[in-house]
Amino acid sequence: MASDTITEGAARGRLWDRFSISTKRVIWAWTFLALPILFYAGIRFYPTLQAFWLSMTDWDLLRPANFIGLANYQKMFADPVFWKVFQNTFLYLLIGTPVSLIVSFLIAYYLDRVRFMHGLIRALYFLPFLTTAAAMGWVWRWFYQPLPIGVINSILSSIGLEQQPFLRSTTQALPTILVPAIWAGLGFQIIIFMAGLRAIPSTFYEAARIDGLGDWAILRKITIPLLKPTTVFIVVFSSIGFLRIFDQVYNMTTNDPGGPLNATKPLVLMIYQTAFSSYQMGYAAAQTVVLFTILLCVSLLQLWVLREKK
Amino acid sequence: MRNKAKLAGLAAGISFLALGSAQAVEIEYWQYVFETRVQAMDQLIANFEAANPDITVKHTTFPYADYQTRVVAAKVAGQGPDVVQLFYGWLDTFVSGGLIQPLDPAVFPHDAIEADFFPIVSAMKRGEDYYGLPTAVRSLALFYNKALFDEAGIANPPANLDEMLAAAEATTKRDGAGNITSAGITMDMAGQDHHWWREVLVRQNGGVPYDDAGNVAYNDAAGAAALKFYTDLQTEQKVGVVGFMDEGQAAFRAGLAAMTIDGTFRLGAFGSNPFEWGVVELPADANGMRSNYSSYFANAIGATAEGEKKVAAEKFLAYISSPEAMEIWLNVVGELPARRDVAMTDANLADPIRAPFLKGLEYAHTTKFVDEAGQRQVAVDMVNRVLLENQAIEDSLAQAAQAEQAIIDAAAK
Repeated sequence: MASDTITEGAARGRLWDRFSISTKRVIWAWTFLALPILFYAGIRFYPTLQAFWLSMTDWDLLRPANFIGLANYQKMFADPVFWKVFQNTFLYLLIGTPVSLIVSFLIAYYLDRVRFMHGLIRALYFLPFLTTAAAMGWVWRWFYQPLPIGVINSILSSIGLEQQPFLRSTTQALPTILVPAIWAGLGFQIIIFMAGLRAIPSTFYEAARIDGLGDWAILRKITIPLLKPTTVFIVVFSSIGFLRIFDQVYNMTTNDPGGPLNATKPLVLMIYQTAFSSYQMGYAAAQTVVLFTILLCVSLLQLWVLREKK
Repeated sequence: MRNKAKLAGLAAGISFLALGSAQAVEIEYWQYVFETRVQAMDQLIANFEAANPDITVKHTTFPYADYQTRVVAAKVAGQGPDVVQLFYGWLDTFVSGGLIQPLDPAVFPHDAIEADFFPIVSAMKRGEDYYGLPTAVRSLALFYNKALFDEAGIANPPANLDEMLAAAEATTKRDGAGNITSAGITMDMAGQDHHWWREVLVRQNGGVPYDDAGNVAYNDAAGAAALKFYTDLQTEQKVGVVGFMDEGQAAFRAGLAAMTIDGTFRLGAFGSNPFEWGVVELPADANGMRSNYSSYFANAIGATAEGEKKVAAEKFLAYISSPEAMEIWLNVVGELPARRDVAMTDANLADPIRAPFLKGLEYAHTTKFVDEAGQRQVAVDMVNRVLLENQAIEDSLAQAAQAEQAIIDAAAK
């Protein structure tokens, strides 16, 4: 019995010894990678696949799930609230991403030239990114209040303008919520843009100046093209952020989440309500599948549009 | 030999442990977090454990927003509470989900329940079974700010809707541009106003919110008149604005609203108001007809409680629904006792704060909600469509009736 173990051990030793160094490296690498891969497979990929299955059931947490085919999808596509929410989600994306991109680029571009108190200004821009979205949502919610407590309306009325309903308007509410959402992400985008700007070799600029190019031409011909990888990253990153917007909306409209009249409700909030207020897990899973598809398409589309032309 | 002795010792130990566990039953009680409710329950548990040394009660609380989800999730995981608190409006969900079990009529006789409790306890009955008993009940009343009333020269709080409108007009303060800087009355449909509209204003206009089968019945002239009365507060009388100070109760607490409609549960929060305030019954209509909405959280026995745990749970439920528990609850939380003889004492009826709520209980209605949050949202949207999109009263009402009926139908399936 004892001798068996030795032979086995020796056999194993010989097997391991037969591998080349590079094979051993690969085996080691995979051994270490196995843990995160298993972890991801268990807590990310498996539930994702499970959601596809759930979306075709009527699971409500309480009773066992029954397969109902595409009934959830039919219900969803026939629901006007879903289309309203769908539209809102894209409004967040289509307003939020370009505005935050342009604003953060402009700030980064000019901040890059500022030497006076550069660090302090940069820190001030970055600060909102460190703040909890919920706390920020509540502070802005109070800014937007009507008289006599709302700061913005107090300023408006003190200079003789009419007070605005902001969050209490079906048309103004969505942009109103986007402002703090954009402001919160700005600091991060500015830092990334500044890093991108710093990475452009100064020799390019010197050469351009010697050739007599103006600021505008330098910006157009050198800075923007060379910033492309940075821009792609920020566009993808912020698009996904706006498509998944939740904290700001929920915290700024808790009395009537996503209201008034669903004017601010994004898809994620609808999923949350379907799942955790109505317990329609199957229906919520179907909405999740739609969100997943949108995120996938938007990300692939952006990568394709902004791809490197070789 | 020594081994045998060890074995014997072990066996004795095990049997002793088994004996110990047979004597001390631990049951779990679940409710949501609300400071005074948790304090009151801790006090009740201490009293109960002193009287029943063989039972320990574990008190578990969750934030209100997660509470239902936790109860449902615990059921899925197969380990629910033995005694659980639930809003009466969740009963259908809890029963159909198999989260709670009916009360044993031998322990909780029906005739005793019906004789001792306020009639609204019937909302805990499905078929022949009662599924839970309340400790305390809530009703609505009109809170008013005495300082603002004095300032406007109003001597008496309003007794009917006309007086309420007059008082609201007299106490509303506006700036040069006509913006309200201090409201006459708060408008907060997401708060208690949807109950006021549903069970009080609709009835005062001659309608009923739901028919006997539980279907929507407010889509008529009475419903329209009630909705118009409510939205007119903002559009015609201009004595309140939805969203003023964010929430109705916040406006009242800040001293920037002369009147607000709220429930007994707000008494604790309003206790620290830095001004004098009073409470009166909800205003009557021109004919003196009054109505009110009353609601409650009940305690029920979890579906998983069996054997000695079930016996312990029944004992605990009986204690927390006892007159003694109700007295403690009234003093700590401020909610009204659910037993008529504990509530309607001379001392309580002479109390200027408690009396209006107690009187309200006499003529209160209890809406049989199937999805409280969903049905409230329908009412919130109904008012918003009129105020924000200028939709006609009748159209908005019809749309709301249709949406709410859809919720009721979906729940019946």
